Formats: sequence, structure tokens, C-alpha cells
Amino acid sequence: MYPTDAHIVGIFEHPVRKAEGISLAQLHADVARGAVEDAGLSLSDIDGYFCAADAPGIGAMTMAQYLGLDLRYTDSTETGGSSYIGHVHHAALAIAAGKCDVALVTCADNQVASRKFIGLGGVDWRGAPEQPFEDGYYFGPAALYGMVAQRHMHEFGTTSEQLAWVKVAASHHAQHNPNAMLRDVVTVEDVVSSPLVAAPLRRLDCCVMSDGGGAIVLSRPEIAKSLKRPLVRLRGAGEAVKHNSGGRVDLTYSAGRESGRAAFAEAGVTPADIQYASLYDSFTITVIMQIEDLGFCEKGQGGRFVADGNLISGVGKLPFNTDGGGLCNNHPGNRGGMTKVLEAVRQLRGEAHPAVQVPDCSLSVAHGTGGSLAGYHGSATAILERV
Amino acid sequence: MSKNTPLPAAPEIWPEAQPYWDAAGEGRLMVMRCLSCEQHYVHPRPFCPHCGSDRTEWREAVGTGTIYTFTITARAPVFHAPAMVQLDEGPIMMTAIVDCDPEALSIGQPVTVTFHPTDGGPPLPVFKPA
Repeated sequence: MYPTDAHIVGIFEHPVRKAEGISLAQLHADVARGAVEDAGLSLSDIDGYFCAADAPGIGAMTMAQYLGLDLRYTDSTETGGSSYIGHVHHAALAIAAGKCDVALVTCADNQVASRKFIGLGGVDWRGAPEQPFEDGYYFGPAALYGMVAQRHMHEFGTTSEQLAWVKVAASHHAQHNPNAMLRDVVTVEDVVSSPLVAAPLRRLDCCVMSDGGGAIVLSRPEIAKSLKRPLVRLRGAGEAVKHNSGGRVDLTYSAGRESGRAAFAEAGVTPADIQYASLYDSFTITVIMQIEDLGFCEKGQGGRFVADGNLISGVGKLPFNTDGGGLCNNHPGNRGGMTKVLEAVRQLRGEAHPAVQVPDCSLSVAHGTGGSLAGYHGSATAILERV
Repeated sequence: MSKNTPLPAAPEIWPEAQPYWDAAGEGRLMVMRCLSCEQHYVHPRPFCPHCGSDRTEWREAVGTGTIYTFTITARAPVFHAPAMVQLDEGPIMMTAIVDCDPEALSIGQPVTVTFHPTDGGPPLPVFKPA
């Protein structure tokens, strides 16, 4: 039974980074068909569908009609960029409960090509009660995360150079990904001399903006074992939401502290057992916060942890985001959770690029934070295992 | 800040927050306080997010606090030092620091409330170095 029931049997990442001439529905369809084909299944096998607000129209129903799916279970959980990691969790629960046999998760966006910049793909903020108290000050994502970084530096002595090491590691990985938007290897000096965006964050501390997307297919273990793909299963998962607590703000930690605790407890493993980590990298500070919150080091030591190439595959102690991540590869819909799962699965299958493949990778974590670390956000953690 | 700075859009006023904006128009910063657990909170709502009580009241904040965190963003249209300020009453609110040298700001620095006009609506509470 759960959590060892559900397997990830299919994945697909859209190669497009600026989706000219492709509708939003077609992007979702492209990734859905790609993941189903990767699994060796067909769309008629799908009986559960999971999507967030980036799906067109009313979500699961709209896409069920477009794809011709016959569904008996749907879930449109929305936690921003971490949604899809939560969907993996929810799909595993639904499969374990017998509510569906084969579950599809999709993420896609085309706001770069359409030039309709709406931030978090598909989200309408009308009615959000905090907006009148925040909008007028123009907190963009960089300003919000800049404030988190500023506080982290104040509390723990984290430096701009330590932040930069996150980007340096991502760039080392991205050079091997032909689809990555930014493939040039950068140095710490390159990062700390790039223009300030929202102090202390500089341009190279920020992720790319892209179109594209990805999809995941999960199934019952019997189905997974009948297919020809390497077996990857969800060993444990956790989710949590953190907010401003009526003004009792503490920006030194994220909801990842709780989602990670739950996921590791359910999986029965510790951070020391993890061979590869996909970590949400909207900004460099996001990675440092999550490394601490997931327990890879003590709170406040994340800057020291990531320095000196410790996130570079084959060099450091915790290979991360070997596809280049949001910092270099892509960030469709400003939602990075999907691609975090995809690269974790590639690592477990041994299908990452040979230059960044972790030898005999059998245990990985995919972790996402959606929303804003400085405001409310939802964290989701999935611990994945090669069987 | 340049004299040609555009005005922020008028905030949308929810019925439950009307007293907050009415007071802002008079140059006063309001904060809500729970009569059950005696804690202050932001943003306004007619129940306490700490204990759930609906025994709440509006209080005028003393208007002083300290910078909890801030950023400097030259590209923002109006405020170049968005910040979070901890009010002396306790809660931390999102705001901006004005009338300052952004390079000289620091966490923990004392600040005082002031108000910045909006485009046709009540002014926004912002803070300046004390």
C-alpha cells in the first residue's frame, strides 16, 4: 500500500522555450502525449488527471475533452510552482485508494510567446484580501525574494558569493542540456558583478522566464512492472503551507521545513541518504533556504553548504538540478515544480546527460515552493526511489 | 525619488477594511487587536487569525517600528526600497521606506509612518527613517 504503491512510469519535457504558434491547450496535449508515449501507454489508459491553474479553461474538464480522456478522478490543486509535486503525492494517494489506475499530471504555459505576462500562469488574484495592502508597493517576485535574502544575510552572515555558487552549479549542468536557455558556464565573479535587480539579488541570481512545460504519468505497480521503463516509485511525500501568520513573520524558514519532515518520515530515509536533489530555484536564495529546511544542513549554514561547487554533479556532495534548473534551463509558467520531478526521474532511470548523471542513483528528492517565500507559499516534497 | 514618479494605483477597498483606509486618509495607521488573546494582527479582518475570536477592535498604531527586512530595486515604478516593517505593536507589515538614502538602510533601523498619495484613492502607509 501507499507510499510504495504508485510508480512514475512516464515523463516528458517540452523542448520549446518560446511557444510561438502553439496554443496553451496544445502545449498541455503535447506534454501529455509525450509522457504517455514515454511510458508505453496510450491516452485511453489514463483514468486520473491532475492539473493546476495553468491548464486552460476550467482545467481538468477542459483538457479531458481536448485530449479525449475518460476520467474517474480529477484534482486541480493549486499551490503555485510546487503544484505538480503535490499532484504526484495526490495521484499516489488516489492510486493507492483504487480511485484511478493511471494518472496524468500536466504543466504548460505560453505567456512569453503570447506576451501576456500574468506572473504565475493561470492565476487570477482578484479578491485576494492581502492585495490592497501589498500591490501599491510593487513587490515583484525579485523584490519579495530579495527581502528574504537580505534577512538571511542579516541573520546568518550569508554572502552574495555563496548565493552565486548556486547559479554557478546550475550553469555547469546547463552546458550539457541542448534545450537550456542559458548554456554558458558562469563564475562567482560573473554573478556578483551582474546588475542588481532587487538587492541583494542580481540578474544572475534570478531564474529565466520561458514557455514550455512537462508531464508525468503514474500508475499502479502491477501496470508499471508490465511496462518496459525503469521502475521509479514514490517512497514518501509531504506538503505544507506557510503564510504571514497575522504579522508574526519569520522569513528565515519556509514551508519546506514541514513538507520535508513529513516526506522523509514517510519514506523512512534521511537527507544523508539522498544522492540527487531537484530543488526549486526561482532565485538562488530559494535553493539555500530549501537545503536548510529539508535538513541537508543546519539552519543558517546553507550558504556555506552550497559554496565551492558543492551542488555540481561529480564535484560536490549534493548534485542538484542537473538539467540546469529554473536558473538556466526553463521555468514554464513561472512554475518550476514539474521540471523538478522530471530531472529527478531521469537521474533515477540513469537517463540524465552522462556528464551530470549521478552514478547508480537510487534515491532522489524533488522539492518545490510555490507562491512567495516572503508571503504565502506551498511547499511539496517527493522522495523518489529506483526499485 | 523623482518628482515625476507616477502615483500608485488606488487600493481596492474591501468593506471589512474601510476603517483602515478612512484613517489612512486622515494620516493615521490602524491595526487590529484581538480582545480575547490580546494580540495585534495584520491585515484587517473581523476575526483574530491567531485564536479565531471575533472579539476584535481597531487600534491606532503609534506609527513607529523597525525595519525587519528590505530590498533596493531601482527599476520599480514608485518605491525603490520595498520593505517589511515590524510595528511597535508587534506585527510585521509589507510597506516601503521613503525619504531615505537606500544605501544607508539597515535591518533593525527605527522608522516612522508617513503616507504616500495614490491615484484617486486613500494614501498608502509607508515609513521613513526615524
